Amino acid sequence: MAVLDFESPRGALAVLRRDLRPKGRLLTPFNVVSALIMATTAVILVFRFAFGLGAVTNLDQRFPWGLWIGFDVVAGVALAGGAYVVTFLVYILRQEQYRPIVRVTVLNGFLAYVFYAGALVLDLGRPWNVVNPIIGNSFGLTSVLFLVAWHFLLYMTAELVEFSPAIAEWLGWRRLHRILVGMTVGAVVFGITLSTLHQSGLGALYLMAKPKIHPLWYSELIPLLFFVSSIFAGLSMVIVEGSLTRRIFEDRVGSRLRRSHDDILLGLARIAGGTMFVYLFLEAMKILHGQLWREIREGWGAWYLLEVLGLVAFPMVLLLYGGVRGKLPAVRAGAALALAGVILNRLNISVIAFRWDEPLHYVPTWMELVVTAGILSAEIWVFRWVVGRLPVLGRRPAWAEEPGRHGASVETRHEAA
Amino acid sequence: MERRTFLKLTAAAGATSLAGCASAPRSAEDAGEDYAVLVDLTQCAGCRMCEFACAEANGLPEPDYDEKTVDQVRREPSERQWQVVNRFETSAGEVYARRQCMHCLEPACAAGCLTKALVKTDEGPVVWRADKCMGCRYCMISCPFDGPKFEYHSPVPRIQKCQMCWERLRAGERPACVEDCPMEALVFGKRSELLELARQRIYGNPGDYVPHIYGEHEAGGTSWLYLSPVPFAELGFPTNLGTTSYPELTRDFLTAVPVVLTVWPAFLLALRRANVGDDETAGSPAREE
Ligand code: SF4
Ligand code: SF4
Repeated sequence: MAVLDFESPRGALAVLRRDLRPKGRLLTPFNVVSALIMATTAVILVFRFAFGLGAVTNLDQRFPWGLWIGFDVVAGVALAGGAYVVTFLVYILRQEQYRPIVRVTVLNGFLAYVFYAGALVLDLGRPWNVVNPIIGNSFGLTSVLFLVAWHFLLYMTAELVEFSPAIAEWLGWRRLHRILVGMTVGAVVFGITLSTLHQSGLGALYLMAKPKIHPLWYSELIPLLFFVSSIFAGLSMVIVEGSLTRRIFEDRVGSRLRRSHDDILLGLARIAGGTMFVYLFLEAMKILHGQLWREIREGWGAWYLLEVLGLVAFPMVLLLYGGVRGKLPAVRAGAALALAGVILNRLNISVIAFRWDEPLHYVPTWMELVVTAGILSAEIWVFRWVVGRLPVLGRRPAWAEEPGRHGASVETRHEAA
Repeated sequence: MERRTFLKLTAAAGATSLAGCASAPRSAEDAGEDYAVLVDLTQCAGCRMCEFACAEANGLPEPDYDEKTVDQVRREPSERQWQVVNRFETSAGEVYARRQCMHCLEPACAAGCLTKALVKTDEGPVVWRADKCMGCRYCMISCPFDGPKFEYHSPVPRIQKCQMCWERLRAGERPACVEDCPMEALVFGKRSELLELARQRIYGNPGDYVPHIYGEHEAGGTSWLYLSPVPFAELGFPTNLGTTSYPELTRDFLTAVPVVLTVWPAFLLALRRANVGDDETAGSPAREE
């Protein structure tokens, strides 16, 4: 990579011009299918903004939030929790063995927030007023949603700061690089705090929907349950994504990551498994405290048990077994099942067990599904573009190598200040 | 006013940490001076004059109902109709009951609204303001009475719900529906006086009413109050709402927010420093790599 300096924006432009061109074959099956989906999404969105949400969604007066909120935002943000957990491990607990995956995880988290929280805007009826709670002409200070919205914004900024050294390396901006690296720890601490609050805040959103959510899913513990499950959801996502990314971007993987990748996944699996144990304990408390035995034996009980036993307890066993015995296939399977479990949990609270007693229940339209797939495709395209060009999986420019030591020295200085 | 400016300033400085400072709740006693409406269902004849009055006063389309079937179907208030009168076959025979936003004393919709588009006014009505609302529909998720309705088929959608004729109240008039009710089934006044009146009616006419004023305590109390000859469950009124206000459900969480925002970073940094200590004494193999 050409080494360019901050002082020469022309050099950065040259990098940009080179890297904006597509790489590799364009007509792969994935590209064709996802491009079609994205094009359809664009058409649907035109209808959505021209004729209102009712033209493309099945939302109605009884079901004001559907798939776009329940899946894209509520579940999507939980799955993006990996970034704050991994930065916690590396920067707070100083588990240096996880450092090689920090960048890719943060990038994933950042893009997930941009795209899924961005999906929120599609769902807003009056998006032109979206700035109201931000510019301060009407602060709904009693609103959990106000808190969540602000935290989304601030957290995206924190993640961008955490990721920014990679951008500086890519463009060859050395001096800026040093400043940005110095900001990392602050951004990490801020980011973890924000994540704690908005992950639980997403659950707290549903506290006022008390009469509408089936008692097996409603409890005062929702915020805590959301927080704890975001930890293993995020880690499972890192495991699944890490396994895929590594295979797809084989040539971009740095030597350090290559050497330690399996150990990293096993370590994360053990942590995820431990967290799931805590989560199951909380679920048990919820059932005991709410005396929900009868509910469990009735119709919705089986569905609840599928979620909690089939998609939390079982994957927990897989993750712990695989993590301790060094069995990667068990870890991957466990992580995939755990992901399904968290998605199902979020959908249950926001959509499926929401107004469970309503005879005409909301079911998303095909258009809502396509838009969700379209957003996902767009995210994958951007992710692929960035990983293919920026030093994300390793292979940094020589001047920025040894991030551990470099970062550490700068960080120590930062702390002394 | 001063307090408000202060709040705004501090809010601008630290919006997120302040998100926890929920404004002081209005207790039922404070609300005694609020305007309220008492609906006496024993008096309602089901003429639906109020529906028409509402539509006319608020520029809504004429109530869309079919003369023949209107008594058989259960209608809900909608984005085109802020209130509806339904007929119920009950243990005490035919009863007509109207539904609309209850104008809670501590409204979940307003507490949930992140732009303060929905607000509880000093007069009592809970009103919606177009210039604030971003259409997120969280008010609809939160409201225990399904008050707010949304215009799903408009590119410029609005939240539609009973405004309790706030403009008219401020001009010293009564709500349009109250004005037009020929049976005086709707009584307008101060909430405390209406509660008194309701109690008198219950005590003075034993057997005519169930001894329950719906809205006195439901969901923390509402500005709309109901008297009924039959248990409210028979009229499809939600009876599982409890007596604590809905914003109360999120208050604990919101109070914890500023605490977490201050304690958590300090804790994290301390933890990080503690781990440096380990490195220095034991030496970290990872660091050497
Ligand atoms: S009934 Fe619903 S919409 Fe009306 S004031 Fe109460 S919470 Fe708000
Ligand atoms: S839809 Fe409008 S009124 Fe309702 S909570 Fe959202 S911003 Fe507030």
